[in-house]
Amino acid sequence: MTDLLKLSGVHTHIGRYHILQGIDLAVPQGEVTMLLGRNGAGKTTTLRTIMGLWQASSGEISLAGERIESRATPDIARLGVGYVPESMAVFSDLTVKENLVLAARDGPMDDTQLEWIFGFFPALRRFWLSRAGSLSGGQKQMLSIARAIVEPRKLLLIDEPTKGLAPAIVMALIECLKEIKRQGATILLVEQNFFAARELGDNVLVMDNGTIVHRGEMAALASDVPLQERLLGLSLEAHQ
Amino acid sequence: MTELAVTDPLPKPKRDIAPILLPVALALVTIPLIGSPSTWLTLTAASLAMGMMIFIMASGLTLVFGLMDVLNFGHGAFIAVGAYIATLVFAPFAASVQADSLWVNLAVLAPAALLSMAVSGALGLVVERVLILPVYGQHLKQILMTTGGLIVAEQTLYALWGPQIIPMPLPASLRGSFILGDVAIAKYRVLATLIGLAVFVAIQLVLNRTKLGLLIRAGVENREMVEALGYRIRRLFLGVFMTGSALAGLGGVMWALYREQVHASMSDELTVLIFVVVIIGGLGSIGGCFIGAILVAMVANYGGFLVPKLALVSNILLMVAILMWRPRGLYAVTSR
Repeated sequence: MTDLLKLSGVHTHIGRYHILQGIDLAVPQGEVTMLLGRNGAGKTTTLRTIMGLWQASSGEISLAGERIESRATPDIARLGVGYVPESMAVFSDLTVKENLVLAARDGPMDDTQLEWIFGFFPALRRFWLSRAGSLSGGQKQMLSIARAIVEPRKLLLIDEPTKGLAPAIVMALIECLKEIKRQGATILLVEQNFFAARELGDNVLVMDNGTIVHRGEMAALASDVPLQERLLGLSLEAHQ
Repeated sequence: MTELAVTDPLPKPKRDIAPILLPVALALVTIPLIGSPSTWLTLTAASLAMGMMIFIMASGLTLVFGLMDVLNFGHGAFIAVGAYIATLVFAPFAASVQADSLWVNLAVLAPAALLSMAVSGALGLVVERVLILPVYGQHLKQILMTTGGLIVAEQTLYALWGPQIIPMPLPASLRGSFILGDVAIAKYRVLATLIGLAVFVAIQLVLNRTKLGLLIRAGVENREMVEALGYRIRRLFLGVFMTGSALAGLGGVMWALYREQVHASMSDELTVLIFVVVIIGGLGSIGGCFIGAILVAMVANYGGFLVPKLALVSNILLMVAILMWRPRGLYAVTSR
């Protein structure tokens, strides 16, 4: 499997803080790579640096062989990177429809794609003309993900999609992401919920203090309780 | 494929009409205080005209504030430049301006307004590229740069046109008043009100019915996410900045005709009003800006008539009252 995204020796400074301290990682094409780690490990900073929202101070980032570390965020998005931030960042003053119209950058929304999205997220059809600001947290998350997949993307960067959601919504969201995965999407997914990570991930990267401290197959980490406790501070059993 | 459960139905979005009712309430409250209905109508018409002119000048500034968090203290330069450019068209066609035909008058007025908007818009392009681009995200430097730019613009106008006040007479067909019973409403105030309403409707149509408008509204709320969707918000901002500058130029022409004079520091008296309008309206809110402009004009006119000594501070008092009620302005669009 070829690597769609590669980071080599990436450092990121935010003000005087040295957040990413030499990140090396690869995201294989067509697979879901989980990025795990404690709060403050640098997971969100990694996604934002890939997206160009924070500039890497050194190192190389390449997407499908093309260097992108010096590119502006809109240019990176135009290369086919969809981004779902932790805050969801739906435009609350706009309707659900208007949020998706903006996300469909290259023209009118494709009806087939829209029906596919409505299949996952029927609430979006129901609240099509409602202001996004009036949606529940789970519905906003659906909209945020729908915005990232309304057009075909090479790579999806998703930051903690299950955070703060009710368990029933989390389960449904996991199923949706599985379906997106089955369609062949390449995803780099930050997640604190280890159960969700085990369900979705093909590969796993664990971060601590701005560096990658573990890389391997998700299934291997999921079956190794001592390793989970050493890397993440708790086991899957404890998490459940 | 999984169906996510649809939770409880959404509450119907509340229409926030309290700010809209505010100028209506203010107008009604002043009827018994003013006493004479004809005086009240004259003051109300004056307030609407003045409010519309301020709205035209402030609308671009509020979008610039909201969209890019840029503090442009030099906005007044576009107002003065717009007015001066209009004098260049008025001077050689003085006879047409004073002709007793509305169409002949408009044949001078319309090109003058359009040329003023074009020059102010082009100046906006230069200001954004030269003064503002290097200081994005640095408020103190933005204030220093744009205040410096305003001083340079004013002094350049003095150098080019001299320190004297330049008369700018109203076209003949816009002089006088419409008489309704014992009420006289100046023709020019009616025209200014209609132009202001047209600008408001046009901006609302663009913001609500076009993808460009969606982008501007989304950018005001979260410009980072707009960029993450692949849109170059700097270009969008440049377009908004130029449009705002052009509207300020149009407002300058209208204000000069209202005062029937032009001078380089004419924007000084307006800048405070414009900033008050932008702040009480809510940064980035066109609707708030519209209502704020009417409120500011009403307070200036009614207050000036009822309590002349309070006129100088009436708008500051209005701002304090509004911000105590709604700390982020009448319609909060951004989180700032």
